Amino acid sequence: MSTYLITGGTVVDPSTDPDGGGRRADVLIENGEVLAIDTSIAKDDVEAIDATGLVVAPGLVDLHTHVREPGREDEETILTASAAAAAGGYTAICTMPNTDPVADSAAIVEKVWALGREAGLVEVLPAGALSKDLAGEKMADIGEMAMSAARVRLFTDDGRGVQDALFARRAMEYLRGFGAVYAEHCEIEALARGGHMHEGARSLALGLRGIPAAAEELMAARDIALARLTGCRLHLLHISTAGTVELVRRAKAEGLPVTAEATPHHFTLTDAALEDYDPMAKVNPPLREESDRAAVVAGLADGTIDAIATDHAPHSREEKDQELSYAPPGLVGLETALALTISELVEPGHLSLTQALERLSTAPARVLGLEDHGRIQPGRPANIVVFDPGAAWTIDATRFNSMSRNTPFEGRTVTGRVAHTFFNGRHTVVDGVVRVGAAV
Amino acid sequence: MHKHLLSMDQLSAEDITTILDTAGSLRQVTSRPIKKLPTLRGRTVCNLFYEASTRTRISFELAAKRLSADVINFSADSKSSVAKGEGFKDTAWTLEAMGVDAIVVRHGSSGAPHQLSKWVQASVINAGDGSHEHPTQALLDLYSIREHFKDFENLKVAIVGDIISSRVARSNVKGLVTMGARVTLVGPPTLVPPEAAAWGVEVTTDLDAVLPEVDICYLLRVQKERQSEQLFPTDREYAALWGLDAKRLAKMHPESVVMHPGPMNRGVEISAEVSESPRSLILDQVANGLAVRMSLLYLMLGGREVEGSVADAEVPA
Repeated sequence: MSTYLITGGTVVDPSTDPDGGGRRADVLIENGEVLAIDTSIAKDDVEAIDATGLVVAPGLVDLHTHVREPGREDEETILTASAAAAAGGYTAICTMPNTDPVADSAAIVEKVWALGREAGLVEVLPAGALSKDLAGEKMADIGEMAMSAARVRLFTDDGRGVQDALFARRAMEYLRGFGAVYAEHCEIEALARGGHMHEGARSLALGLRGIPAAAEELMAARDIALARLTGCRLHLLHISTAGTVELVRRAKAEGLPVTAEATPHHFTLTDAALEDYDPMAKVNPPLREESDRAAVVAGLADGTIDAIATDHAPHSREEKDQELSYAPPGLVGLETALALTISELVEPGHLSLTQALERLSTAPARVLGLEDHGRIQPGRPANIVVFDPGAAWTIDATRFNSMSRNTPFEGRTVTGRVAHTFFNGRHTVVDGVVRVGAAV
Repeated sequence: MHKHLLSMDQLSAEDITTILDTAGSLRQVTSRPIKKLPTLRGRTVCNLFYEASTRTRISFELAAKRLSADVINFSADSKSSVAKGEGFKDTAWTLEAMGVDAIVVRHGSSGAPHQLSKWVQASVINAGDGSHEHPTQALLDLYSIREHFKDFENLKVAIVGDIISSRVARSNVKGLVTMGARVTLVGPPTLVPPEAAAWGVEVTTDLDAVLPEVDICYLLRVQKERQSEQLFPTDREYAALWGLDAKRLAKMHPESVVMHPGPMNRGVEISAEVSESPRSLILDQVANGLAVRMSLLYLMLGGREVEGSVADAEVPA
């Protein structure tokens, strides 16, 4: 395994210096681990990477990736999702269980995990389903998944919310015994059914059935009450409304074990993106109003929202090239998340770069209990992203490593570009290009 | 004239006046023994209907034929390529490849005409999309209103019924507000959201309070298929609170009129007696639909060859 010396960059590690702006330092990687971080390291026989003007940070961690394998390998595989993740600066992704078959047993999560190892570009951490077939009725094989080789730590029926409060309560009680996280897709289906966008003045004008903010907030409030009742760790996925942000803020003030994530599209776009009935802007939860978007930004700034997660959801051309009401919700996000975070949160001054990296890396690593991600520390595996925080580029979906191209950000000019990614000390992205086969 | 007609948002008061004036001239043609004009000879109009419709489709078909256009009717029924799984975009491209000049589209999905207009070179005319808009219905209603009242200034209109899911309501509100009329939306609170006030209209649930003031009471069809959603208790209660019967009609001033886009649920939103009363403009609405659709096709397609304003074109005497 090669030895690498990253020289002249600004090392930003939110795990050790959450309030600082980073420091100029060289980073030495040997045998897959960070060997040293110092102002100036001189060493022969190394592969040198000139990071002058670049930021050297812990590899990003995505709490919310749909990989589509098994079942829809025409849209994305674990290998292509891994490549997209590496290209976006990620070193770990948590894959959602709504595959076909559903990841509700040890056999499936171990398969996903093994395919991730085989791809070798990022750590693939499968989330397990809470219920068999995501039906919300019978408990999935939670304990067996937690104890399997995949060591599943986060459980969710994502794509659907758990509708039955008693099921939610029992699942939380059971998960608590394994120290696992109950993650909720907050959506009361009776209120959301048939909706294509956020319910408000715009949906009324466009004649599209809306999904009210209350559909999300009601379930978030229920789950927070159940977390209080059971003591289970609760993570709220892709929160999108001002009301949910406030619920999380109060739960944290109360000291409850509650965390939350928000997506780049929810802090960047509003329901105005639907004015032209563009299926690319159809996503669940839907893009909300400006006041919600601003609340998500504020929640990320004050730490109410712990993590930025992509909800990377690949869909084929055939599926998205339809009438808005028929097109499935979702968009791909792994290759645009860092740049949107810098462009929408850091450049306007809502978050410092260090805070932004905390939300993209250190915090999600903490939610998953990952000790080898979210930090750059001698003696730990080298999971590192090197990026140019000032480089402007234009989003061009044809250049994505993902198999799918469904993005509402096509043609948008953004700032912040990944130059290198190291996963467990392997150089997976070199000058912005993914090295598939770097696994060996 | 605009290349597409997707929404009443696109039309200024001047645009609407031009369309109605031209419809007026064309209306005279339709009363001649030979009812045909050569204007759109060699042009092809496709009626692309993804939702069942009789009156709108026939009205468009006849309008195009009266202007000598070739007409194709494409209905997404059990025998069409749509039933065989052909997608909307492929159908659009197929029509485009055949050199169609205009596509009149009716679709159950809101925004489908917007999407279609991005895929084809042909002019797209929205003949009703989901719960969004039905611009030609609004134009024929405006024509009927102008014919009866001469102008729109200070005209007071109540639109009654399922505002949330009505494409007729959206288009009519926009058209009426653009032309200077004052609109009040009335109906059960579950069907008339307060947020609609943003459209420049009044919103209320009390029909009886509104009736004495209005010149036009425009009734929307109660959609039976929405009944399963518990939007109001029963048809009987709807009729009692928001249905227009002779007793309520008597509360309106003598020069006021009643309108309805059809098809009617007699005994629910409108009583048989009211629908057949001399105060009803319902049959005028149907008759005017043809002239208004001819006018639109004439202005949108004819105008490409005959450059300049409508006045310069071969306006029928």
